[in-house]
Amino acid sequence: MSDYTIDGWEIVVGLEVHVELATATKLFSASANRFGDDPNIHIDPVTLGLPGALPVLNRRAVELAMRIGLALECTVKPCTFHRKNYFYPDMPKAYQISQYDQPLNVDGWLELPGGKRIGVERAHLEEDTGKSTHVGGTGGRIHGSDHSLIDFNRAGVPLVEIVGRPDIASPDEAKQYVTELRQILVAVGASDAKMEEGSMRCDANVSVRKPGQPLGTRCEIKNVNSVRSLGRAIEYEARRQIALIEAGEKVRQETRHWDETDGRTHTLRTKEDADDYRYFLEPDLVPLAPDAAWIEAVRAALPMLPRARRRRLAEATGAPADGEAVMVVVERGQDDYVLAVGAAGGDVTRALVHVKEAYAEQGATPSVPVADLAGMITLETSGRITATQAKTVLAELLSNGGGDAAAIATAKGFEAMDASALEALVDEALAAQPAAWAKYCDGEEKAVGAIVGHIMKASKGQADGKAVSAILQARRG
Amino acid sequence: MANTPVSVAGIASAVRSGEVSAVEVLERHLAAIDARESDIHAFNLVTADAARATAARVDADVAAGRDPGPLAGVPIALKDNLCTRGVPTTCSSRILEGWRPPYDATVVRRLAAAGAVFVGKTNLDEFAMGSSTENSAFGVTLNPLDTSRVAGGSSGGSAAAVAASFAAASLGSDTGGSIRQPAALCGIVGVKPTYGTVSRYGLVAFASSLDQIGPFTNDVRDASIVLEAISGHDPLDSTSIPRGPVTTTEVLDRGVAGLRVGRIVDLPGGSDPEVEQRLAEAFDALRAAGATIVDVELPSMKFGLTAYYLIAPAEASSNLARYDGVRYGMRVDAPDTNAMYGATRAAGFGDEVKRRIMLGTYALSAGYFDAYYGKALKVRRLIHDDFDRAYAQADVLLTPTSPIVAFPVGAKVDDPLSMYLCDVFTIPTNLAGHPAMSVPFGTGADGLPVGVQVLAPTLGEPVMFQVAAELERAATR
Amino acid sequence: MADSSPRITPEAVAKVARLARLDLAEADLARFAEQLAGMLAHFADIDALDLSSVEPMTQPYPLVNVMRDDVVSTSLDRDEVLAAAPAAEDGRFRVPPIIGLEG
Repeated sequence: MSDYTIDGWEIVVGLEVHVELATATKLFSASANRFGDDPNIHIDPVTLGLPGALPVLNRRAVELAMRIGLALECTVKPCTFHRKNYFYPDMPKAYQISQYDQPLNVDGWLELPGGKRIGVERAHLEEDTGKSTHVGGTGGRIHGSDHSLIDFNRAGVPLVEIVGRPDIASPDEAKQYVTELRQILVAVGASDAKMEEGSMRCDANVSVRKPGQPLGTRCEIKNVNSVRSLGRAIEYEARRQIALIEAGEKVRQETRHWDETDGRTHTLRTKEDADDYRYFLEPDLVPLAPDAAWIEAVRAALPMLPRARRRRLAEATGAPADGEAVMVVVERGQDDYVLAVGAAGGDVTRALVHVKEAYAEQGATPSVPVADLAGMITLETSGRITATQAKTVLAELLSNGGGDAAAIATAKGFEAMDASALEALVDEALAAQPAAWAKYCDGEEKAVGAIVGHIMKASKGQADGKAVSAILQARRG
Repeated sequence: MANTPVSVAGIASAVRSGEVSAVEVLERHLAAIDARESDIHAFNLVTADAARATAARVDADVAAGRDPGPLAGVPIALKDNLCTRGVPTTCSSRILEGWRPPYDATVVRRLAAAGAVFVGKTNLDEFAMGSSTENSAFGVTLNPLDTSRVAGGSSGGSAAAVAASFAAASLGSDTGGSIRQPAALCGIVGVKPTYGTVSRYGLVAFASSLDQIGPFTNDVRDASIVLEAISGHDPLDSTSIPRGPVTTTEVLDRGVAGLRVGRIVDLPGGSDPEVEQRLAEAFDALRAAGATIVDVELPSMKFGLTAYYLIAPAEASSNLARYDGVRYGMRVDAPDTNAMYGATRAAGFGDEVKRRIMLGTYALSAGYFDAYYGKALKVRRLIHDDFDRAYAQADVLLTPTSPIVAFPVGAKVDDPLSMYLCDVFTIPTNLAGHPAMSVPFGTGADGLPVGVQVLAPTLGEPVMFQVAAELERAATR
Repeated sequence: MADSSPRITPEAVAKVARLARLDLAEADLARFAEQLAGMLAHFADIDALDLSSVEPMTQPYPLVNVMRDDVVSTSLDRDEVLAAAPAAEDGRFRVPPIIGLEG
């Protein structure tokens, strides 16, 4: 599958992605799940871990978690909740309610655009912690801080943790995985999955090995805040480990912190310091066993996923499913639009190209009506306007939110020349450029430029460059 | 002067009919508190002013023809591990000294809605861990019948408050016998209902899968009334059984003809001979009233103490981790948060709490989980299954509540294991989740009260109260 | 049969006290170690039981699928809550530097 190596070493990467679910309330209490408000206003006894508070599970969080699991081809299973016990000031109960050995979703996969499948071991529910800000140190870091301040608005927000198997073999595959995962999460309405805002967080487990050797010691990399950082961090970490091993040292199993500014990972904590989490079944909750009817209802309501949409668009247009045009247009959510243009009579392959190139700012509901774009494309493919002229007409359609392409073309004086007029232009040009023509007929491809240039000048840009080239090629024989 | 009512039933009826005012009833109880509280120390806090305001409101409702509620004007004391909004809730621990919850426990809301008048928060063993209230950080509660002796625990204050007529009823919590044992030692009625029938929302958690709230009263009818007022499904407690309130008043006069009462032949020995005699007399009384006595075996009962002292501390070690000085309660300042945790918890918790936290942490820790906590859960299953088999042959079981009568203050403080043995007969019902109640039945050594325990299967409160009422009739003949 | 439950050593008690964030003086550690060891020895009575085919009991009453609707309900008053906090600043809970903890 991937032949990616660094100096002969293979990289093995497993990604753990935490996703904040788009629910109205928190996982175990009815405070609002909202981003960016005043600190400590979305609080309740459960969120603050007050004495006597008890958790009650949010049904919609379960539904969204099932959507994620089913979209990743997991099996939804009867499951339980456990307490993960450890002390940290943003952990109000000094334990996190999570899922341990009986998670909600197991054994799925995510298919990268190129076709490689990355295994998904599990996708389970757990609650988020509060947020701490550190005062007095440099750059807001803990190191050297005078004190810290805790905001519990985020405490208790529902998370799904998606644990990928270590099937990723390169920084690029990791970036593709996260990009594709994000699209899936957005498509099923589970999350807005924005790494920069923290609603999707990615930790990478990285190890290296020589081909054919057993897995090496892995390190966990945290604090990766963008897809680009993910790629950089994995590459840096792999090289760091390779350098260590080649120097005769051992890689220590530890958690490391990615620093975007200096482009390196740094030790956060070693395994010896690790807490014993003393997992035990959460006695304040009862088991969760979604019945077959609920699971099927969630499955049936899933929208067409990005992979299927890319396949559909590729089949319709002939463009490659993992090519840039298809990937970009599907990611923007404009594939339905392109297909609709095709259904309205426009050439769907041309539509794909135009939408990819001109619709970056348009979003999932473009302003230009389908029929209007179809009309323009028909002008282009029938030869009435050139490709260059089409771009100009399209720009006007976009700025006006639609319009009559033919009328616009006429208003701008765009009339593509008909075949006989083109032939006449070619005759005139060959007569004017005999030397270039001779060279071209001899096989010097670049010589055609002079002839085409002559024709464009004579026609004041009205001639369709492509059509002219086609005529010249045909005449050369 | 007309007979002033002292029972819950009597007071509510008289206040509702206007025959006596809630204020008059309250003042009588406040006078009793004034007279003897300094000798007994049942309360951490007497809330006289708030009580007077509530009583006045009840009287105003009655005067205006508004329904004042089924418990109108009834003075009730609340164990100080029940959250009362704006009123200090300390769990008799320094770590929560002065803490005012921002919310009410569900049972508190329900009693308030029923027109009850709260006279104060009662003393307990710190965080409900103990059998004598000697583990309170604020001093021991003495037995109103003999102030050189303990009132029992952990709900010693709530038991003493009723026994001393400071309140007509009180609420306690029972995790291993903490309602039933003090009820027996103080000569009153105490009920631990089926796990899940009374909401734990707002009960400061000790052991989540064992804790239940229940009433102390002077007689069985009163207990039935209070239990009905506080029980029934609560959506804020995920372990709350989806049924309505527990209603048992209608069975109280049915008698026991035709019922099968089980005697546990392999009951652990070591009880006072007087206690065993009272139990034998209890069986005789029920036989005389038409019940059949059957012999049953509970071979796993003797392992109950071990299972309990591994499960309860394990859950408690996790439930008490939230007392970390961050969000509420005591804080001991330190140069960093980790040090703050250690110093705060060392200063804030008493010895028994520390012991149980460490025992529980150990039982859950890596490498020991299977040997301790894991095994204890299996022993719990054995005990539960033993009870199931017993209840196929008997409708209720009878045991002593406590193997001994009230013991002198200080007699057991240096021997934790000896203290634990106080709960040998009460613990198994908590493990099984079943209901049980203590009914005063004669006296033992030094004229101190003996309690007989009636045990019933899950949701068997009706037959349990039915038998308890008969025992009460026999005892008061 | 040999005692299959390990007695708890003072070192183990110290480790447990650290896990539980309880600062104990040396003398207390020794005292608690002795008491805990005594308890654990007492609790060894369950070692003799054959529990291989016994399912653990984790729930007293068999409920399943208890959930609530995703509807916002009123929050606590921040001022009331922060008034009860040991230290607060700018609407947040204030703590000493967070060193020596994993987050």
